[in-house]
Amino acid sequence: MSEVLTTLLPSLVSLALALGLALWMLGLLARTKARFAGRAGAPLMQRYRDVFKLLGKGAVYSRTTSAIFKASPIVALATTLVALSMVPLGEVEAAVHFDGDLFVVAGLLALGRFITMLAALDTGSPFEGMGASREAHFGALLEPVFLISLLALARLTGASSLTDMMQALHRMDAASTLPVVVPLVAALGVAYLVENSRMPVDDPTTHLELTMIHEVMILDHCGPDLAFIEYAAALKQWLFAALLVGVVLPIASVPVWASVAVGVAGIAVVTVAVGVVESSMARLRLLNVPGLILGAGAASVVAFLLTGMVH
Amino acid sequence: MKHTPTGLHPLSLGGSVPLASLEPVAFSQFSSTLEDMVEAGGRLLSLFARPGADSENLLYALLARRTGTDTEASDHSRTTLNGGEHAFALGILCTQVTDGYPALTPALPAAHLFERDIFERHGITPEGHPWLRPVRQWAEQEVPWPMHALEGDEVHEVRVGPVHAGVIEPGHFRFQCHGERVFRLEIALGYQHRGLLADMVGAPHKRTIHRMETVAGDTCVGHSWAYAQTIEALSDVTPSPRAEAIRACGLELERLANHIGDLGAMAGDVGFLPTASYCGGLRGDVLNLSAAICGSRLGHGVIRVGGVGFDIEDELASTMREKLAAIRTAAARANTLLWASPSAMGRFEGTGTVPTDVARTFGLVGMAGRASGVDVDARRDFPTAAYRMHPVRPWLKQHGDVYARGRMRWREIEASFDFLEQVLERLPEGELRIAEAEVAADSLAVGIVEGWRGEVVHLAVTDAHGQLASYEIVDPSFHNWIGMEMALRGMEISDFPLCNKSFNLSYAGHDL
Repeated sequence: MSEVLTTLLPSLVSLALALGLALWMLGLLARTKARFAGRAGAPLMQRYRDVFKLLGKGAVYSRTTSAIFKASPIVALATTLVALSMVPLGEVEAAVHFDGDLFVVAGLLALGRFITMLAALDTGSPFEGMGASREAHFGALLEPVFLISLLALARLTGASSLTDMMQALHRMDAASTLPVVVPLVAALGVAYLVENSRMPVDDPTTHLELTMIHEVMILDHCGPDLAFIEYAAALKQWLFAALLVGVVLPIASVPVWASVAVGVAGIAVVTVAVGVVESSMARLRLLNVPGLILGAGAASVVAFLLTGMVH
Repeated sequence: MKHTPTGLHPLSLGGSVPLASLEPVAFSQFSSTLEDMVEAGGRLLSLFARPGADSENLLYALLARRTGTDTEASDHSRTTLNGGEHAFALGILCTQVTDGYPALTPALPAAHLFERDIFERHGITPEGHPWLRPVRQWAEQEVPWPMHALEGDEVHEVRVGPVHAGVIEPGHFRFQCHGERVFRLEIALGYQHRGLLADMVGAPHKRTIHRMETVAGDTCVGHSWAYAQTIEALSDVTPSPRAEAIRACGLELERLANHIGDLGAMAGDVGFLPTASYCGGLRGDVLNLSAAICGSRLGHGVIRVGGVGFDIEDELASTMREKLAAIRTAAARANTLLWASPSAMGRFEGTGTVPTDVARTFGLVGMAGRASGVDVDARRDFPTAAYRMHPVRPWLKQHGDVYARGRMRWREIEASFDFLEQVLERLPEGELRIAEAEVAADSLAVGIVEGWRGEVVHLAVTDAHGQLASYEIVDPSFHNWIGMEMALRGMEISDFPLCNKSFNLSYAGHDL
């Protein structure tokens, strides 16, 4: 019974918080940007209203689309949900964890991307095809960066489950892990921006299809399908923020419930920081994005190589 | 040029020409004079046709030719004003054709769209035109005109519009691409065609001025002023200095509002929020000043034939000056952020370049032309009273990219602030509006205004009863759309919206 209270319950609570607060996190991001623009901004709960509104609507399907198009929102949400359940919130154990789960997380995210691209191609729209091409291009570059980053962490801690990795990292000497953690944060930070279509990689607020990456792939989705996609996107952003918080915050010696609170606060801080970046710089030229990812790749390799020196 | 070339009839802004004095010349002389003029630094302002006697058609060319002794040598000296002297003179050339003639476009590319227009509206074929297509009525043509196509396994075509995602005007864009790279962009317009020109036959009547205020919604003062100029020229009316000054205030406010709004929109397109948000608000502040004059944020009612519809009293003038000073400070702050941001500049520089020779060849005008080094500004070349009192010195840039067009807008914003400050300090005296007089019969007159996009040209021809027999409107967009097509060649397709915004051309002004 006590074991349930100290490990399983906090895990489930942190997962529930992720499911419940992911949309709030997007509201916080929008609010940050609005404040920088001198506007009051939409209510923090606006995203919930949007998603519920979409859930209450019907859907329209183009005659050119097939079952893939209808399956994609469900698969995208399902893969993100399962991946999220394997990612720890800082010190708190993930609801599901086992040796090698880091590969499963990376694979599930790739599967979600794959089905979204297929659905985009399924519509036959040149816009969506262009978006899928961009997503494939940047995705293919980013996936190795993400994997090498996680492998660096695995090598540093000697564990292969995200939960064990984080817990081991938090028990290591912060000063000695610093040479690894700094490039790792840079690589994961870029992964966060690319995977979640944030500035300066993609502009989530633009209405200009020709410049979009993620948004243009989902132009034909509407109603509950779009709600699924929007919710999956929010969960994915939470997932990456949780990873960043886990690496940055060494919070080993606090009670488990306090670390849940610290984790959520950390995610809020990451979100506001992203909002500040988005408010203060222009988007990159599309063909310069691979350069950014390449930089992140170099950082991840450096982190991986430096793990050999930390002991 | 010492003498007026043969066949070229001189024309002045504010004066009309009897049609009888416009002797048609032989076509060979028409075309060689045109080519010579343009070679010597002149420009083709308009080329249009109207039915003559029997089955003959009359072809007219409106030219701006250089009158200075130095033609090509001293580009810089011309940027300084010679005490209000015209550096350019207007001339009109006329010839007679039947249902076809050898196209002028191969030797004179600036005529390309005018010739398509003549082909579409009058059925006169410019033989040998390299890209003879409709201008506005693609759908109504019996023969479907093929647009550009690119063939091969790796290329793809992106079609955008006419219905767009944003609240913008309709237009169809076709990109021939290889991956992200654009080989060619072709633009098909005409979705805003309202039959404005046909509607002008029989004018002027009460509603005409309102029609002219909405030729292009964002160039209300520009177009209505050019219209008023033609009618005033035909009826030999000269507005008072006060009316001219108030008109110029309306025009410069229009320029300010559009340039500030567009700079914000350009910042928005690259996702640079600070400037985007501030400029949106500041544009509103400027529009409110227009509303303070005439009750309309877009300047409806400022221009009336014979003068202006509204006065700027001393009290209003001083309030406007105060507000303008505050807006200027805020706009400068918002723009400093933009020009100092490396990430935004990285997007602007080298994007959508129109080289000077291309801009000259196609006769680009206005702000976009000046950003590519084409030294043309109707405020200097054909100044009206207020611009003679307070000359505006055009500014040139050579790069012709999005950055150049952005900087050009900012410099014009500063110049407009200066101009308004000077004019509003002491408005000249005079009647607000002079009563309309009889319109001369069988005559031709021109109106030219430097609207915020560039040169707005209106051209009226009257019949035996002093009513309009035909009317021509050349919005700067008509010259500049080709510039957009050229700017996109070899660019990334994702930079199109930014490039588009830097030009911000009018669909309604083109489609008429």
